[in-house]
Amino acid sequence: MTSSIRGENLLSLNDLDRDAIVEVLDTAEAFVEVNRRTIKKVPALKGRVVASLFFEESTRTRLSFETAAKRLSADVLSLAVASSSMKKGESLRDTIATVDALGIDAVVMRHQSSGAALQVSRYVPHVRVINAGDGLHQHPTQGLLDAFTVRQVLAERRGAAGVETGSELFEGLRVLIVGDIRHSRVARSDIAAYVALGAEVRVAAPGTLLPEFLADWPVGVVDDFDEALEWADVVALLRLQRERGSGSFVPSLGEFTTSFGLTVERARRLRTDALIMHPGPMNRGVEIDSLVADSAAAVITRQVQNGVPIRMAVLYLCVAGSHGGGSQ
Amino acid sequence: MEERSRRDATSRDPTFIPRSQLLSSDDVARAVRRMAHEVIEHTRSVDELVVVGLQTGGVAFATRLAEVLGEITGREVRCGQLDVAFYRDDLARNPAPTPASTVIDHDLTDQTVVLVDDVLFTGRTVRAALNALTDWGRPRAVQLAVMVDRGHRELPIRPDFVGKNLPTSLDEAIVATLDGVWIGTKSAP
Repeated sequence: MTSSIRGENLLSLNDLDRDAIVEVLDTAEAFVEVNRRTIKKVPALKGRVVASLFFEESTRTRLSFETAAKRLSADVLSLAVASSSMKKGESLRDTIATVDALGIDAVVMRHQSSGAALQVSRYVPHVRVINAGDGLHQHPTQGLLDAFTVRQVLAERRGAAGVETGSELFEGLRVLIVGDIRHSRVARSDIAAYVALGAEVRVAAPGTLLPEFLADWPVGVVDDFDEALEWADVVALLRLQRERGSGSFVPSLGEFTTSFGLTVERARRLRTDALIMHPGPMNRGVEIDSLVADSAAAVITRQVQNGVPIRMAVLYLCVAGSHGGGSQ
Repeated sequence: MEERSRRDATSRDPTFIPRSQLLSSDDVARAVRRMAHEVIEHTRSVDELVVVGLQTGGVAFATRLAEVLGEITGREVRCGQLDVAFYRDDLARNPAPTPASTVIDHDLTDQTVVLVDDVLFTGRTVRAALNALTDWGRPRAVQLAVMVDRGHRELPIRPDFVGKNLPTSLDEAIVATLDGVWIGTKSAP
């Protein structure tokens, strides 16, 4: 367990204790303010080089990481994998060695294989590695920004800033995560973050979309989805990951929607103050009805907005003060 | 009372071991009032003043200074707070400091900014603050008010308004709050 990510890699939220997570959320609060300024840029990482390596497609994560790095005044090397030498058969190890030879301080990487970020951190121990999603394993910054969004909204309702209320408001908070838990790295990171902060987490999914070894997870499993909706303070929906084959785990999309989609009728069961979350990209009409996604209870746009300040906080904490290869 | 003020001195920084109290809370209040009069003498109009406290020690002094300026002039004096963590020149050497909140709600272009800090030491925090302020526009002037100037400057920076000049040695530490000013040492971490 790590109690601070300062100068460390960020590979999995399972490695972080409550203090480490709260430190990121508190730091992100300062970056929310920076992002409200006319000039949204600070010199914290001036002269540092951040490589952005996305071996798997991404819109919001890549854009918000690169925006975050630029707003910290870092230089960004962005590798377009589709047009890189990976297509000629270059290995991950050689690709990383090539990027590292250019002199980098940090790598932000997404990869289709679980554990890829850990592997890269062993290839280049002097470079800080930030996992932007590895296979089914983890998506740490998504878990952090989801927790940050919940804290921000709940703190606002109390008329306070997130830092002032601390993170006590997670104590006893009831979080329901719905959908393709089995294939979701977001679910794994969300669960790690919420549980570390003191929330109670339950998952709801068809049996085929629950992970193996669920008994080892610190979560409860919901028998009656409709009842669980009345229980929850936060409902987090997940995308059905058809690129990971989850289409073959349910009889049909329509049946999945009937049983576990957040339809307009189901959403009426939610408590009036419940929050609806989705990490995006959404399959409107599958796991969430379009009207529900655009309703006042949905904080999905907030989640996207918080992507930049959370990633600024992570880059700032991990990379400032670390002695990377960029100065060689 | 002595015991309470000793706790006040250490509550801000648990590694601080106070040796003696140099100024009482009354002394500090008088010094702030005197600085407020000096600020007014040096400004064309209080309406173009923005008092900005440096996180964390300068914020309470800035708030108090703005209040006193308001009492004296009968005008509302604008006040903000600035954290300079992201502008420090030692970010590549030391672990990232945890940032505190920044609140500056005004365009500073053509305003007179009075930066306020508790203790002026090497001048590096003020250097970072001057760098940060340019992101809010181009002030007409920036002035510096500090409760204590303890010397040992490492950069060409000097204060415009000083509560108390206190020559110190490098191994000493100063704590300055609205409750008083103490000299002491830092315990080894």
